[in-house]
Amino acid sequence: MGWFKRKKENISPDSKKTDIPDGQWSKCEDCGEIIHNKQLEFNTWVCPKCSYHFRIGSEQYISIIFDKSSFKEYDKKMRSGDPLEFTDTKKYTDRVTATIKKSGLNDAVKTGVGKIEGKKAAFACMDFGFIGGSMGSVVGEKIARIIDVAYEEKIAMIIISQSGGARMMEGAFSLMQMGKTSARLARLADAKLPFISVLTDPTTGGVTASFAMLGDVIIAEPKALIGFAGPRVIKQTIGRDLPEGFQRSEFLLENGFLDFIVSRKQLKEKLSLMISYLTN
Amino acid sequence: MAKNVLDFEKPIIELENKIEEMRKYEGHLDISDEIKTLEEKVLQLKKNIYDNLTRWQRVQLARHPERPYTLDYIYMITENFVELHGDRLFKDDHAIVGGFASLDEYKVMIIGHQKGRDTKSNLFRNFGMPNPEGYRKALRLMKLAEKFGKPVIAMLDTPGAYPGLEAEQRGQAEAIARNLLEMSRLRVPIIITIIGEGASGGALGIGIGDRILMLQNTWYSVISPESCSSILWRSWDYKEQAAESLKLTAEDLLEQKIIDRIIPEPLGGAHKDHQVMANRLKAVLKEELAALIKVKPDKLVQNRLEKFGKMGVFQE
Ligand SMILES: [Zn+2]
Repeated sequence: MGWFKRKKENISPDSKKTDIPDGQWSKCEDCGEIIHNKQLEFNTWVCPKCSYHFRIGSEQYISIIFDKSSFKEYDKKMRSGDPLEFTDTKKYTDRVTATIKKSGLNDAVKTGVGKIEGKKAAFACMDFGFIGGSMGSVVGEKIARIIDVAYEEKIAMIIISQSGGARMMEGAFSLMQMGKTSARLARLADAKLPFISVLTDPTTGGVTASFAMLGDVIIAEPKALIGFAGPRVIKQTIGRDLPEGFQRSEFLLENGFLDFIVSRKQLKEKLSLMISYLTN
Repeated sequence: MAKNVLDFEKPIIELENKIEEMRKYEGHLDISDEIKTLEEKVLQLKKNIYDNLTRWQRVQLARHPERPYTLDYIYMITENFVELHGDRLFKDDHAIVGGFASLDEYKVMIIGHQKGRDTKSNLFRNFGMPNPEGYRKALRLMKLAEKFGKPVIAMLDTPGAYPGLEAEQRGQAEAIARNLLEMSRLRVPIIITIIGEGASGGALGIGIGDRILMLQNTWYSVISPESCSSILWRSWDYKEQAAESLKLTAEDLLEQKIIDRIIPEPLGGAHKDHQVMANRLKAVLKEELAALIKVKPDKLVQNRLEKFGKMGVFQE
């Protein structure tokens, strides 16, 4: 937060003459610009000065992409079990409970059906704010079910990914969600129904190595970190620094793993256009 | 004597050495009773140790450098193996091997991770850590098997997909993801066996199938105990605890209903008797094949979808 936070702390309670009410402003992590939250929202959480894409959650993406009040959420109440009774420095169940309370989310993905410029689409969007957007049984099951909805209703499937990978605390169950979701996508593909995968910062690990990389069309927001292994692990393995821009959207585009990069401001119209091309 | 001895194997090896030593005097002294007593003692000790292995000790056994690897099994259980190379896109990855082989009356495609046994062969095999071209070669061979109606047998034994710069550049994630999708709809039977280490996406990348088997002393999970320790405990020192928490042994996975069957290993582990292990594996594979080849392709694919669909624990 830099000077912004310090300045706030310097204001004594009886000399409240600041024009910046608390919690209404955000600072761009890239260029340092201070932007009013309403302006930021209007600008789809993209910095008006440098185009930095602020990390946002499923709720915001739904508001950006879907026609007003057209989105209906599915499996809203699904929560994780604790099949391994997993404990590290704290219990998994405590971690989940605390995260639910803090984030207001039940797990790391929201799913549902809505309309994009009048076109019906099945949708899943991950939330990095929920245990690093990690994929456990709930994420896998909700995504599998919403792919089934796309399959049954013969509509397009769109997934926005944002994840650190599989959720360690569910062990092999997490790993198998990769197989579960990929198998459902195979059935969707056999039915000639479209799947558009949108990658945002960051998309790594088991999510990248399953549904995120299986789109008929794969698009990404600018400068998103996308990869299988995390940069830290790769750096340790090869014992040298990674090149500038490594594993970023532009790098993946250059290497042939993305169809195109889209600014969040154009996301809705691009998705709408792609659905129209990917429908018979 | 064995060069690679795990800590918990030491008391056994010491007793076995003692027996060996006494045998030299058997012709001169009447010590057959003493030898017999020692032999009973060593058997008791083995049972004690191997019935009470911790999960971390299982992981160590799964990594034992004298365990049979994919090619060892192929040579022990099949005939007329023809290795097929290359992904037709970039190169031949030596960390995954594959080819046609005859398993008695069955003609099959066998694919597996391949580790090396010494420094030189480990470098050649990249320690069993595939690059994208490994997964793409595996997929090419599986599609070939499908085209000619041959069942696929996959053997999993990897510390993980290689986390390298070029691997990322060539699409490690895409290669694994593609295999998951294609294997889930492959129209021939697929039998998966974890023969050593089943580390995460690198293992699952050739791990979607109709039957999933594990040898008794192997592990299969989303992450290695060491990496789990470093991330969740922020230290490399909690690998034993991480192994316990991850519940990653064959017994654990059978209980979690993720695998279908455990193949027992010889007392002390697969490395103690390669041939016995291979014979048991072969018998099980033939049994599974006999059942699977009767299932029609549509049904096979549908069952596979449902099989993976059931995996997971959640509350609604
Ligand atoms: Zn900015």
